[in-house]
Amino acid sequence: MATEAEGMAGASARAGDGRSRAEPPVVQATGVTKRYGPTTALSGVGLTVTAGETHALVGRNGAGKSTLVSILTGLQAPDEGTVTFDGDPAPRLADRSAWRQRVACVYQKSTIIPALTVAENLFLNRYDRGRTGLLKWSAVRRRAADLLAAWSVDVDPRTLAGDLSVEQRQFVEIARALSFGARFIILDEPTAQLDGAAINRLFGRIRDLQAQGVTFLFISHHLQEIYEICDLVTVFRDARHVVTAPVADLPRADLVAAMTGDAAAAQHRERARTTEAAAPAALTVRGLTGADGTYREVSFQIAAGEIVGLAGAAGSGRTEVAETVVGLRSAAGGEVEIAGRRPRPGSVPDALAAGAGFVPQDRHHQGFVADMSVADNGTLSVPARLGRHGFISTRRRDAIASGLIDNLAIKTPSPHLPVSGLSGGNQQKVVMARALADDPRLLVLINPTAGIDVRSKEFLLDKIEETARSGAGVLIASDELDDLRVCDRVLVMFQARVTTEIAHGWHDHELVAAMEGMDLDA
Amino acid sequence: MPDAALADTAKDAAAAGAKQRVLIGGRIPLARLRDLALVPAILIIAIVGQIVSPVFLQPDNLLNVLQTMSEIALLVLAQTMILIVKKMDLSLESTMGLAPGVAAWLVVPVGAGHGLGLLPGGWAVPVTLAVGALIGAVNAVLIIRFGLNGFIVTLGMLIVLRGALTGISGGQTFFRLPPSMLYLGTAEWLGAPASIWICLALFAVAIVVLGWTSFGRSLYAIGGNVDAAKAAGIRTDRVLWIVIVAGSLLAALAGLLLSGRLASVASAQGNGYIFTVFAAAVIGGISLNGGKGTMFGAFTGILLLFMIQNVLTLAGIPAQWIGALNGLIILAALIVSRITGGKVQD
Repeated sequence: MATEAEGMAGASARAGDGRSRAEPPVVQATGVTKRYGPTTALSGVGLTVTAGETHALVGRNGAGKSTLVSILTGLQAPDEGTVTFDGDPAPRLADRSAWRQRVACVYQKSTIIPALTVAENLFLNRYDRGRTGLLKWSAVRRRAADLLAAWSVDVDPRTLAGDLSVEQRQFVEIARALSFGARFIILDEPTAQLDGAAINRLFGRIRDLQAQGVTFLFISHHLQEIYEICDLVTVFRDARHVVTAPVADLPRADLVAAMTGDAAAAQHRERARTTEAAAPAALTVRGLTGADGTYREVSFQIAAGEIVGLAGAAGSGRTEVAETVVGLRSAAGGEVEIAGRRPRPGSVPDALAAGAGFVPQDRHHQGFVADMSVADNGTLSVPARLGRHGFISTRRRDAIASGLIDNLAIKTPSPHLPVSGLSGGNQQKVVMARALADDPRLLVLINPTAGIDVRSKEFLLDKIEETARSGAGVLIASDELDDLRVCDRVLVMFQARVTTEIAHGWHDHELVAAMEGMDLDA
Repeated sequence: MPDAALADTAKDAAAAGAKQRVLIGGRIPLARLRDLALVPAILIIAIVGQIVSPVFLQPDNLLNVLQTMSEIALLVLAQTMILIVKKMDLSLESTMGLAPGVAAWLVVPVGAGHGLGLLPGGWAVPVTLAVGALIGAVNAVLIIRFGLNGFIVTLGMLIVLRGALTGISGGQTFFRLPPSMLYLGTAEWLGAPASIWICLALFAVAIVVLGWTSFGRSLYAIGGNVDAAKAAGIRTDRVLWIVIVAGSLLAALAGLLLSGRLASVASAQGNGYIFTVFAAAVIGGISLNGGKGTMFGAFTGILLLFMIQNVLTLAGIPAQWIGALNGLIILAALIVSRITGGKVQD
């Protein structure tokens, strides 16, 4: 296995770079290889994290990050290679409590139990008991309050965990990990579901904990965050270790190049596009006001061939406006006109019939049916084209589906594979494929690139531009700067109203300031 | 229940500002009042019952209500545990018939119906309970060990066990049960039927176990998020085994009480009970999706259903219409609990 040896040599050589301290590293993985049948998920990779640092682990989907996390947290054993904690070999896989004392991972998927209180979640299965042998809830709750106070987590232990915000939930999970004695915490895409302000609070908390001696391994698709919060970055690509370097020494373009394997991925988008003034507007929104006050008096127009961004922090109302446009919600007042037609408010089929294509906010919840095949998911919204009288012609469905798969370069062995078997980026492509299946006049996307890798992201954004060039109007509701960069103009929402309109070519700080409701000129 | 306890002993109600839940009187979180949601309904029915017939609040009538519901209430108890761990057991109603049925088959002397007279009368109770445990073990093996769908497994068992009872009894009713089988269904302790005491005691134990022991809390953890429960070190399979086997054991006990009270085991004993059991559990706030609800809530659910039936009987509603009204009551109770619960039921 020459290639593996090479990867291993590269890994250890780089991992050693200028970090030979006396105390053993918090965690060290050496020459770790993991195979699942014919596929190699990790090939001789190494990772060294020293105490007190925040180490980033990046890589495209399928690079082997998740596999390494499951090995580092003791959910799986490596086929080859070793893992040590503080210089000692890793405990046996079955010894869960030993693992919990060394390492914890806050996953994207929650590991708390929503129907139970925060206190009970924190001390699940290790309750305080009274003299009678029964649980002493007062003691459990007091201990939970102490724990949360010690790590300054501002949550009432009596709250039901299901009522917590994503951010609070993460803090509670971190506190629980710390209560087991773990001082090495893996954060798996912690910011994926947070808005800007919450991310800042999370980073503030990470810095505080770092000062208290906690070490973090930070996994994220948002490269900007890595520059903000991390000391070192390790890049994986195709199951191999590519580079480990201090973030300061690795410019953004080089980092992207290391992840994607080519240097051209991060070029700036600059293009001139003509909008068709003669054609009817793809979308006209007049005086739209939400029933629950999430947005008020929103008016704008999108010309055919134009890409308009709808930016704003979480809770600003951008998502709700976009969902109203496609009929997922109905507004209390105002009107929506798609390509000259006024669909019945609150009716998704009507909006789709009027020519809308829709990529919803959360692909897992609203985007696809995980157990259905790529072909079925891709053609879910166009039953009329699948055959007559409500019968589905599998031949016709597969023909449409393979068209979509080619068009969006979806990596799937077969159109009959369930969508749950695809990587995140390819799942999102399936959702996108469905939105494009009926040649929409208006394409509405909410957070279209959340949680997907750099290459898929570039691809999807290119696809959006291509769609606009073909004459469709595009509305992108997102707070992701990369999504908004493709827009001809960006409308910024703040506290339920459209406050600012920014033309193409803005600076990041301008837009972020507008989203946070700050005025840079003041 | 646990949080009501928390609230009681809460001395340092450290308010976390806006994030804190709405508290009534600063002590009991509103959501926890959901457990008591049916108490007003029970009081209203009591008042209506008294207006309809002065007999209603007489001790004899109330004991009668409690006794007629005691057997099915044990099934509700069993089903509630099983629902909390996000499983289902439809076969409980057949277990309730088959377990005492097998005991009667082995014990009742030859010549009286289909009895074999193989065992002396004293064996009847142990045999009943053993059959219950065995049925639970079979369910558990199929569901946990082999990973089969619990709904379908227990649906199959429901049919198999019912058929087995019809087979051994030849479709007839076992009479001339031994005294040991009759005892629990007929004895009076402290002036009230033993079955009432047994039922209330088991509910009290279940309330304490579910609210104040780590075993009980692990049921909620498993039903709420089984991966998180595993990650917290709970032996989920073992807990599921215990719950399923205990459920069938309770169903066998319920069957024993019913056979004792009726001094017979009909081949249709328990037939159709499961629908009332589910209705009572759901009305009582148990989620079919697991992890939610309390034993006390389930008890108020079955109590409410039986009180309403009793009131209808006292009001002289023709017996032919009771079935339709029962269905309507279940629907109405669901609607009421949707309104008081405020959330979409799942």
